[in-house]
Amino acid sequence: MNAIGAATAAAAALAAAGGILGAALPGRARVLASGVCTAALGAAGLAAGAAALRGGRWSATAPALLPLSGAHLAVDALSGLFMAVAGGVVLAVAVYGVGYAAGHGPYGTGSRTAQATLPVFALTLLLVPAAASVSTFLLLWELMALTSLVLVLARHRGGGPGERAAVREAGLWYGVMTHFAFVLLLAGTGLFAAGAGGETFAALRAGAHALSPGTRGLVFVLTALAFATKAGAVPLHPWLPRAHPEAPSAVSALMSAAMVNLGVYGVVRLGFDLLGGGPRWWWLLVLGLGALSAVHGILQAAMASDLKRLLAYSTSENLGLALIGVGAAGLLSDAGRRAPAALALAAALLHLVNHAAFKALLFCAAGSVLRATGLRDLDRMGGLRARMPATCAFFALAALGAVALPPGNGFLGEWLLLQSLVHGLAVPGVVTALVLPLAVAAIALSAGLAAAVFVKALGVAFFARPRSAPAGAAVESPPSMLAGMGLLAAACTALALVPGLLGDGLSRAVAAAGAGDGPPLAGGALAVRLDRLAATMSPLWVACALTAAVAVVAVAARLLARRRRRDNARLWDCGGGAPTARMSYTATSFAEPLQRVFDDVLAPQQDVDVTPVRASAYLVERVRFRRSVPDRVEHRLYRPLLSAVSQAGRAARRLATGSLHLYLGYGFSGLVALLLALAAAR
Amino acid sequence: MAAQVAAVCAGAPLLTGMMRQVRARLEGRAGAGVGQPWRDLRKLMRKEAVTPQGTGPAFRMAPLLLVATTAVVAALVPLASTATPAGGSSDLILVVALLALGTVALALAGLDTGTAFGGMGASREMTVAALVEPTILLAVFALSMPSGSTNLAAIVSGGLRDPDRLASPAGLLATAALAVAVLAETGRLPVDNPTTHLELTMVHEAMVLEYAGPDLALVELGAQMRLAVLLGLLASLAAPWGIATTARPAAVALALLLLAVKVAVLGAVLAAAEVFWAKLRLFRVPELLAGSFLLALLAVTASYFLTGE
Repeated sequence: MNAIGAATAAAAALAAAGGILGAALPGRARVLASGVCTAALGAAGLAAGAAALRGGRWSATAPALLPLSGAHLAVDALSGLFMAVAGGVVLAVAVYGVGYAAGHGPYGTGSRTAQATLPVFALTLLLVPAAASVSTFLLLWELMALTSLVLVLARHRGGGPGERAAVREAGLWYGVMTHFAFVLLLAGTGLFAAGAGGETFAALRAGAHALSPGTRGLVFVLTALAFATKAGAVPLHPWLPRAHPEAPSAVSALMSAAMVNLGVYGVVRLGFDLLGGGPRWWWLLVLGLGALSAVHGILQAAMASDLKRLLAYSTSENLGLALIGVGAAGLLSDAGRRAPAALALAAALLHLVNHAAFKALLFCAAGSVLRATGLRDLDRMGGLRARMPATCAFFALAALGAVALPPGNGFLGEWLLLQSLVHGLAVPGVVTALVLPLAVAAIALSAGLAAAVFVKALGVAFFARPRSAPAGAAVESPPSMLAGMGLLAAACTALALVPGLLGDGLSRAVAAAGAGDGPPLAGGALAVRLDRLAATMSPLWVACALTAAVAVVAVAARLLARRRRRDNARLWDCGGGAPTARMSYTATSFAEPLQRVFDDVLAPQQDVDVTPVRASAYLVERVRFRRSVPDRVEHRLYRPLLSAVSQAGRAARRLATGSLHLYLGYGFSGLVALLLALAAAR
Repeated sequence: MAAQVAAVCAGAPLLTGMMRQVRARLEGRAGAGVGQPWRDLRKLMRKEAVTPQGTGPAFRMAPLLLVATTAVVAALVPLASTATPAGGSSDLILVVALLALGTVALALAGLDTGTAFGGMGASREMTVAALVEPTILLAVFALSMPSGSTNLAAIVSGGLRDPDRLASPAGLLATAALAVAVLAETGRLPVDNPTTHLELTMVHEAMVLEYAGPDLALVELGAQMRLAVLLGLLASLAAPWGIATTARPAAVALALLLLAVKVAVLGAVLAAAEVFWAKLRLFRVPELLAGSFLLALLAVTASYFLTGE
């Protein structure tokens, strides 16, 4: 048993210990014990993943663990990357979670159920990428879904009635959608295993070429849709903007930064590694899903005024960008352009790593704000910079990553993605010539809108003056929460300045997926070089140049200025008295121009309700204005579907009148119909 | 490279002065002279900087960041010579992102003041920027496809070697889209009126309303430098003739002179055109930008169809 095996075994033992301690211990000790075990588990996962990224491999079989097939685990560089990301996120979020849960009393995050489930959920995050047979994978996948569902529902007990309804609805959507995906996954992998004549991944790999193209396509479509649901890709996303805001923030961070990644992992593992690549339409499907999610996600985020909902939609956007990368890698690979294909996949994976770092930090900071103020509504926040300076700094750092501007950590992933698409014109065919520009446009549009989204989130929540009493009374978070966020901030900074260190690991992961030839990135601490494409980017150099330029300008301005700066001056108020907090822009007003621009796409609903005074129709007593921007995909796709299902249910009720004779008749006629069908089929 | 940054810093106010002068003459006024922006900057440096109540580092840092990002961009872009020490890193996407970083910093400063004007300016500026950045990225993408690289030096020297590329449909469409985006990015008519004094029509000016003294001088210098850099970039991409391909001082000096002429001509044309334009209503601006976004998309599609195998 090598280092990876030892670390994985340690993680499993820690999860068991954390689960038992979380269930057994009382009060604060429970939170602390479970948190420490989970953090150690995360560290073990990070170590295992890092060892795999350095080129280590490990596999294990436990025939007795699962009936019939036995459990199979195998770790290669691709699994290692996802294990390392999940481990890192788990480590930081567990440290954060200790302080977060302590403030919530016996209910919610600190409850016995939640604390016993958390380590198990963390373990499944690590082990899903390590699964090496269909039954092991499905078991861990389902365990991950169930434990996360329990955690999403953690705030149900102890919440107010409105909160309970929202949590219940979120849990219902999440449970139903994730199991819908599970059915697809079960069907797809079952079909694959039956055709390939074995259920271990090695057998699938060997038997994939024996499948007919139709079956391969069906397997890919079924599993890709299932994985896209997990990744929150439009139109399979409605669970995501519900479950992420309603879950406790530490759980949102785990889900958004570690769990959704596994959707992309699934597409890469199945599409490239197990099925060995496929025809062009597969990848156009993935690319289309990605582009749609990127644009829809960021547009909805621009309209959201609930901070955690905004972050959830931004997750949908970023996973969409990663799916664009995966789809582009498949297209290029199918066209025989192996080097750009490897680059596109590396870009997608790097973007996932970066997204995990900044999104976990954003959710943790949002959780700190929620804990300090009880607010998720951006319109009522404001002025938190002065009251929560460290949280504000962390949020700003993460937002810089999220807007994909240098020197933030999100920039390099998108840069690599665009670099790989520059070479997309080598792919022949009219469809690709139409689709690839649209993909580039989707990336560009989402990058532009992301800037507006995060300026809104940071500027409205943290700057200006408090817009409500709770925001004015906010205090900084306790040290353990700040420590957890500090770990994530360090990760963001490292990824922003020296991403080249990841170069070799990414190359190994791409090679393990088998999507392209040759190492796409030449690493090194200073720069990322794309040897075959003659492009270089050195984030550290850019950051240094910016710092130097700021310093030079600051010194020059200081030297040239003749008079001293006047501090604490009055704001300019047009002579009308000091501006109040009600005059400052809210998130809704900030997003209003964008909403007008995308009016046709977003289809906002608004109604004005004028109540005239009884005596005269011309005198107004009250005007009520309401506006909401519903998720249009959800509105148009799911509402009709849900109402059709419930209508069918109501119609079916007429069949069940309660008469036993009728039921016996149904059984008899069903049997006869079945026998007739069998006789006819013979 | 140093010469480039110095030229942009020194020349940017002169460019603005010249544009104002052209406008004044066309409108039948005497004008304040080409050096007026420099005199304005000197005047502002003598006044006191003001930090309003309740503002934080975002307000203090934004003018510095605006000038710094533009200076770094000026160092990266091959305005005078393609053989600069930063040539390896002069990536078009990086240039676009750095300019956006300056915009984002200023918008955050606008929100930091907490006044209605600051928020209004920031909101409008980000709305425009959210549409401009994709347009520039797409146009850039279309321009970089023939060279197979987003490296600016490679694109510009590719244009020098192969002038047909500039006149190809993709090149022309991308240049047109880029031109519209540059107008919007630098806050010129018809998107924004840089000389407006009516707060409700302001975009950029509303955002920086709270700045005074040296801070305001930096904001103005930053805006002028952005205009100069973007016009220079446009000139380099659309008409690269005369750019030095070596780092010899004589060639660079000649190229700088040519650059000044090109930028001055572009600026004069822009100023002359502005006389005849009215500012668009804010909510008509997206239509203009959507048009240029479409142009850029067409440019990318055209290069897929025309240069694909």
